[in-house]
Amino acid sequence: MAVRTGAIALSILESQHRMDQLNAAYGEALDAADYDAWIGMFTEDCHYRVVSRENYDQGLPLSIMALEGHGMLRDRVYGITNTLFHSPYYQRHVIGTARILSDDGRTLHATANYAVFRTKPGSVSEVYNVGRYIDRLLHTREGLKLQERICVFDSEMVLNSLIYPV
Amino acid sequence: MNAIPPFEGPEHRWTGEGSSRIPFWAYTDPAIYRRELERFFYGNGHWCYVALEVEIPDPGDFKLSWVGERSVIVVRDRDGSINVVENRCAHRGVRFCRKPKGNARSFVCPYHQWTYKLNGDLAGLPFRHGVKKEDGSVQGGMPADFDLKQHGLARLKVETWNGLVFATFDHTAPPLSEYFGADVVPWLNRIFDGRRLTLLGVNRQRIPGNWKLMMENIKDPYHPGLLHTWFVTFGLWRADQQSRMVMDSHGRHAVMISQRNQGGEAKAVTEGVTSFRKDMTLNDARLLDVVVEPWWQGPTVTMITLFPSVIIQQQVNSLSTRHIVPSGPDSFDFIWTHFGFEDDTEEMTRRRLRQANLFGPAGFVSADDGEVIEFSQDGFRQKGPDGETVCELDGRGVGPADHMVTETLIRGMYGYWRKVMEI
Repeated sequence: MAVRTGAIALSILESQHRMDQLNAAYGEALDAADYDAWIGMFTEDCHYRVVSRENYDQGLPLSIMALEGHGMLRDRVYGITNTLFHSPYYQRHVIGTARILSDDGRTLHATANYAVFRTKPGSVSEVYNVGRYIDRLLHTREGLKLQERICVFDSEMVLNSLIYPV
Repeated sequence: MNAIPPFEGPEHRWTGEGSSRIPFWAYTDPAIYRRELERFFYGNGHWCYVALEVEIPDPGDFKLSWVGERSVIVVRDRDGSINVVENRCAHRGVRFCRKPKGNARSFVCPYHQWTYKLNGDLAGLPFRHGVKKEDGSVQGGMPADFDLKQHGLARLKVETWNGLVFATFDHTAPPLSEYFGADVVPWLNRIFDGRRLTLLGVNRQRIPGNWKLMMENIKDPYHPGLLHTWFVTFGLWRADQQSRMVMDSHGRHAVMISQRNQGGEAKAVTEGVTSFRKDMTLNDARLLDVVVEPWWQGPTVTMITLFPSVIIQQQVNSLSTRHIVPSGPDSFDFIWTHFGFEDDTEEMTRRRLRQANLFGPAGFVSADDGEVIEFSQDGFRQKGPDGETVCELDGRGVGPADHMVTETLIRGMYGYWRKVMEI
């Protein structure tokens, strides 16, 4: 049975609920371009990667985005908001129910499928990036925080560019 | 009812002298595009990049690749040599190999099980000699004069270059050294000197623009210090640096060479440049933790365009090949293969991977390029064939330059393009 530090019992259902709530908030933050909220969901020493399934399955280390720690996440946000010249677009995340792989009360491992739709101003919505999150999270006083999120996407072609995190 | 008269626009008429004004139809016309495929990707002595050798290290290893719009199989044969064969069955034209990567002893088309050796020779086919009945009679079979040798997979001429693999459908093409030319070869050999490469991974993006726009982008030293904040702010590429523009004697291949400076404010190159960010610093300096490697011998960046199919990037510690796979006049796939060297320390590999954040479809720098190429194509489409681009920075002629305030390399490419296209 999962146990939180301090020996307070945390039911499996509660973990499931928290994880799904986190994913819902995660999608909401990115879809609203609320990047402060996005960074706040990660631990200070986090790893965030967006990697093709092709590379991931072959054990090749290359990602299309590979950030380590809040500093790099902030640098990416600065890129998005200040330096990357791009056609703006909306994102819409649809994230499936998480599957909790393990939870020892301190560290939680989970996966969830995701689909991100892209809508450019004046245009139709299109399927943009589809894959799964492979997560490692810590239980903290402020709730679950992502220590590692690897976004492994099936989509064999990035539709031109990928500016915002997924 | 009156028939609609055929469109008689100004397409296919290059009105100006030289190659400093490129008509929009060169980017949008399907007939032009078909001729480009025939002459640049499939013929006229041109070689196309297909793979890194390290992607297929062992006998039988294969990967699918592209020469123009044609799917090809790049495979290592039993003797260690590399074959490139067209992925199209000689029987009924089936593009039979569907696995992007794998290991095979032979290739079998699933439709009628025609079986090919790793060099593309037809090894055999079911019922070639018919089906023998119990009474000794034979039903069907191929004609008696059917010759296996005449029905192999289309085989390409192949040459490797210190870890790079090139192929061509034109068996009369000159050797690669001649194709690249004496001005470009030293820059290629600076990176590919025979050291074994390591494969870091592949990224793919589909860019809705004409394939030549990507070649132009890497023959255009004018834009990086303007479009790319990171380049101008951190001194990775800007006009106050020592640089050189090199091209082969035909003007088709080129190298943009430069040496990084400390960046920061410098009136001549940052004043009025809106992408310059005077006070920008990185929260995490590891994104640009540049360590000089001995083989650089000076330059921190060399961008090599090998017409028509590949760009080879060294930008500080990040190395990649960028393969151009055209798909109609208004779209191409851009395949990045990042690599390092076998003697890299773990730390250097990590550094190359961190700096990969600058490049590729999500790159701090390169994402901009895909975007502006899409916007260019949008502009060509809306104007129609009688528009033209202006490439007259540093004059209207073609020649090497010892600075980056020039569009000479683009003019060089279109001078060559006009000659081969007979336009």
